Amino acid sequence: MSLDISFIGILIGSIMASSVPLILAASGELITERSGVLNLGVEGMMIIGAISGFALMVITDNLFIAIVGSMLSGVIISLIFGFLTQSLLTNHVATGLALTIFGIGLSAMLGKNFVGIPGKEFPVLFSSLRESIPFFGPILFGHSIVLYFAFALPFLTNYFLKKTKLGLVVRAVGDSPVSASNQGINVILVRYCCILYGGAMCGLAGAYLSLIYTPQWIENMTAGRGWIALALVVFATWSPIKVLIGALIFGGITILQLHMQAIGFRIPVQFLSALPYLMTIIVLVVISRDSRKIKLNTPTSLGRIFYKEK
Amino acid sequence: MYKNFFRYLISAIFLLGFSVNSNADFKVGFVYVGPTGDHGWTFQHHEGRNAVEAAGIKTTFVESVPEGADAERVIRQLAQSGHDLIFTTSFGYMDPTNKVAKDFPNVKFEHATGYKREHSNVSTYSARFYEGRTLLGHIAGKMTKTNTIGYIASFPIPEVIRGINAMTLAAQKVNPNIKTKIVWVFTWYDPGKEAEAAQALIDQGADVIMQHTDSTAPVQTAEKAGVWSFGQASDMQRFAPKSILTSIIDDWAPYYVERAIAARDGTWNQQDTWHGLKEGMVAMGPYNSAMGADLVKEVEQLQKDLASGKVHSFTGPIYDQKGNILVAEGKVADDGMLAGMSVYVKGVEGDIPK
Repeated sequence: MSLDISFIGILIGSIMASSVPLILAASGELITERSGVLNLGVEGMMIIGAISGFALMVITDNLFIAIVGSMLSGVIISLIFGFLTQSLLTNHVATGLALTIFGIGLSAMLGKNFVGIPGKEFPVLFSSLRESIPFFGPILFGHSIVLYFAFALPFLTNYFLKKTKLGLVVRAVGDSPVSASNQGINVILVRYCCILYGGAMCGLAGAYLSLIYTPQWIENMTAGRGWIALALVVFATWSPIKVLIGALIFGGITILQLHMQAIGFRIPVQFLSALPYLMTIIVLVVISRDSRKIKLNTPTSLGRIFYKEK
Repeated sequence: MYKNFFRYLISAIFLLGFSVNSNADFKVGFVYVGPTGDHGWTFQHHEGRNAVEAAGIKTTFVESVPEGADAERVIRQLAQSGHDLIFTTSFGYMDPTNKVAKDFPNVKFEHATGYKREHSNVSTYSARFYEGRTLLGHIAGKMTKTNTIGYIASFPIPEVIRGINAMTLAAQKVNPNIKTKIVWVFTWYDPGKEAEAAQALIDQGADVIMQHTDSTAPVQTAEKAGVWSFGQASDMQRFAPKSILTSIIDDWAPYYVERAIAARDGTWNQQDTWHGLKEGMVAMGPYNSAMGADLVKEVEQLQKDLASGKVHSFTGPIYDQKGNILVAEGKVADDGMLAGMSVYVKGVEGDIPK
């Protein structure tokens, strides 16, 4: 039972499952940032999504309503951020941080009555194929629909940004809101939409944790994953495909260090625990060697307040 | 007119001040490391608090208090706000408790699972959880098909190491080929990480999972994977009805009620309490019928023998990983050795993180 081929398949399957919340939240935040808005409230929106999804599951006993509701809750809470930053022109960084603190507190309060209730089993697709195909089975099959969606999302996002007119509009708004505005684009409206979309994806990422990954509600259960997702967007230099790779590296090393302990590698546990962060730094350094490539995708007006003179 | 009013006001404030210290307003504070609804460690302490409340004593509690600087602040605040007895219910509160106790000599402190009693107003108490682990080891040794037991460990402290050793020794007795695989997660409470650790152990061939962490995530992971598991601190059966073979249940209620009444009546003394199956501070959850009637009978007998003292969890000969003798044949480990246990016994894989 050490490193045979079918085990590696299982391992990759677990890594994929653990990286889903990172992919979802980071992909959502990526669109928000490409429109020039820096929302540091990812962690707060995720935790609100987690409690909303779980609470709706308990109340309605319907997983579909729970999933949709978690996305809606992300939209509602990001609307607060949107209103403050776009309509009242508050500072993005301060407002985003406040949103995270608010989300964590609010979710703890809302969740009081939902602690300790066992979750419901979330249906998985093609579970029979998972068992029957040796290596590829656990990688490709037996996952929840949210996982398949998460793995398609970076490609869809990439297509959206590069090949569609709307994607071009988002990029234009992020790079030069003044020129975009002069072209007749409603910059504020576009940014609102991107913020709300980011909120929906973060809500879904939270619901993945409370409904699928560890089906239960506990205070602060996102445990910093929102911050990792935020870092991933920068780490991926605002490219959706690199978000996917980064999430897999980070999820992979987190899972691997637990497996290395279980296998019995004689490496200090503290070093293994620090490994995901070390790897992130190393990859970051490697990627940022070519500054021209980074500039290509960086939204130039990121975090700057835009207002239309009348 | 106003002069009188102020006179009344001042005397009223004085009266109020006195009444805080009087018997009628005797108050007990509790500090918890997790949320009261964790259905594990903190949940059981909270049940103990409810029993104190039911005995007619006022209580307050603060939940999810991180071990470290925050803990000291919370304990100090409870002491300042007129609590007469404070239970600090996690190992990591050891130093903060003693520090605050020094500044509040009239307040009594009870620290769970620690060993430092630096001031005469600090007592310590713990349960002999390792007796429960011995029962789990016996069951695990009999139930495993892969001869691999997975163990999710929190922090490398004697309490946790003692549990690993007690379990391994009992499992070896019924199944000499047993291997204990350990994953250290360095947290008491992180459902995501606990679930991942459980999955890692299952992927490495463990078909019995046990945990020394507080959430229900590992037993749920075990249920999903179709392997056996054990509930920790409270009866977790309803979270994994098929997978859970039994649970170790911590029952703090009788002790809390006894100590609160003693403190209220002025008979409280510094103590170091270490109760087990005998006194009922450690209890076992219902045994899963999947174990089979014979094994259930065997385990129930062992439970009785541990309670009566006929069997001790650490009976020699016990060797460490390198084969050095720890406890000689025919002897049992004394409480001092148990309290400071810092090496694995033979049969446990890996090293203890430093």
